[in-house]
Amino acid sequence: MSGAPVVHATAWAVFAAFFVLITVIGFAAARWKAANLDHLHEWGLGGRRFGTLIIWFLLGGDLYTAYTVIAVPALAFATGAYAFFALAYSVIANVVLFAVIPRLWNVCRRHDYLTSADFVAGRYGSRRLALAIALTGVLATMPYIALQLVGMQVVFEAMGFGGMREGAEIALVVSFVVLALYTYTSGLRAPAMLAFVKDTMIYVFVVAAIVVIPTKLGGYGAVFDAASRAFEAKGNSAGILLAPNQALAFSTLALGSSFALFLYPQSVTGVLAASSAGAIRRNAVLLPAYSLALGLIALLGYMAIAAGVTAKGTAVVPALIMQSFPEWFVGFCFAAIALAALVPAAIMSIGAANLVTRNIWRPYVNDAVTPAQESRIAKIVSLLVKFGALAFVVFLPLEFAINLQLLGGIWILQTFPAVVFGLFSNWLRPNALLAGWAGGMLLGTGLSWSQGVKPVYVVPGLGGVYIGLLALAANIGICALLTVLANLRRLPIPTDATVAADYEDPLPD
Amino acid sequence: MRRLLLLVPFVAVLWLPFYNTREPSLWGFPFFYWYLLAWVPLTSLLIWIVHRGRPA
Repeated sequence: MSGAPVVHATAWAVFAAFFVLITVIGFAAARWKAANLDHLHEWGLGGRRFGTLIIWFLLGGDLYTAYTVIAVPALAFATGAYAFFALAYSVIANVVLFAVIPRLWNVCRRHDYLTSADFVAGRYGSRRLALAIALTGVLATMPYIALQLVGMQVVFEAMGFGGMREGAEIALVVSFVVLALYTYTSGLRAPAMLAFVKDTMIYVFVVAAIVVIPTKLGGYGAVFDAASRAFEAKGNSAGILLAPNQALAFSTLALGSSFALFLYPQSVTGVLAASSAGAIRRNAVLLPAYSLALGLIALLGYMAIAAGVTAKGTAVVPALIMQSFPEWFVGFCFAAIALAALVPAAIMSIGAANLVTRNIWRPYVNDAVTPAQESRIAKIVSLLVKFGALAFVVFLPLEFAINLQLLGGIWILQTFPAVVFGLFSNWLRPNALLAGWAGGMLLGTGLSWSQGVKPVYVVPGLGGVYIGLLALAANIGICALLTVLANLRRLPIPTDATVAADYEDPLPD
Repeated sequence: MRRLLLLVPFVAVLWLPFYNTREPSLWGFPFFYWYLLAWVPLTSLLIWIVHRGRPA
């Protein structure tokens, strides 16, 4: 913002009121569907008792984050149509959810698995492979949490703190400590309950934004025209349609991201908290409501262009909100965005904590933990993960978190063969999967690094392709080749703790 | 066989030549945008058809 720094008192007051409400709900959630939170499946999965409606709010709250609300419009603002790969990806992610995830839910329920790495350990009888899956999950989640904090930081900065950057940082630390405490006490119940509030607020914000702002700007036609003119004036590949050389990058990014989505620990935690596989399938039908919201949120980037917003990057959306709405509603929208950071950050830290406790601590440090100890360890890990992410945001440049989050997407995609193929067949050998994973991680990181940490690599004669997908192709190639070799050499087949029926819905009693 | 319907959204949104155009526009939205947005409820519908057809 230009000019003298202002403190937006009304916005702050509304914001603070919502924040108090959120805090009360967060702590009260411990009593919701009351159970013994000294068991990890109670603390970390809400006792797997959430029905269709709660899961709808929880997954929506989990997958459509503050960073989405801030970053997707910012990308549309800067690059145009290219940003809408996010819409394409969220459409097909729902199909992936429907086709794949009920099998994961069934087998995890049957064997009391809490994480995807638990499943991999059982399916392939390999602790090392499970460790690789768990480490990848934790590594991919940390920068994601950090970016949620960035989402909060930008609204604090926009509301102003008498021009003090430290002020915004203090507000950030305070909200985060509160988040950490109620996650510690209530576990997954806290974000599940808060997701109701968060999603409702985000929908109100989105509906207000897509009705009020274009009306002020002369309708959607005018918004698209203004964006189109602005992109043409720039003279690069940005535009309201894709440039011919962007098409392949657009579709591979969409496809790769849709495969990656349900491999993230926070997504696994969200789906495993469902009370039945049917609740997940029904959600695949109902979740697209969020995709619609996402598409409309992305359009905020064009509205910002049409409204003449001069801010850049993460500041675009807050600037558009402040210039379009009365101050009390600005406070409401900013509270919605802050809550959209807190809910996923809580679920992400729980997902990471479940992985560390179940797949690193138990097999490698102490395999004789009691349920109460296990739950205690997970709670402490959830604190460590969150404060690690906080340190990230406060002490390191923003670029670092963004780059790591991008690499995290490439990395998490390398767990696809072990987890998703594993849900349909145990043909691939664990050591082959481990080698494929290592190869995919190296290739993906190397290619991305060679481009200056970018998601797209230009394949000669083909065009720009999402690096995560290239690395996954290499990964699958290695898995298949080494499995064939192991079979030819008649190496012993590792034990599989699961049977075919474990993946199907239980028969009605 | 019904499950094959699930492949339709992949083809529909990943094959850019289908929709990377401005016209026909609808309510001010260029084709690119309303086509993608339209695939949100259409995908829901397809998933629902497959879901309803599951045995048991």
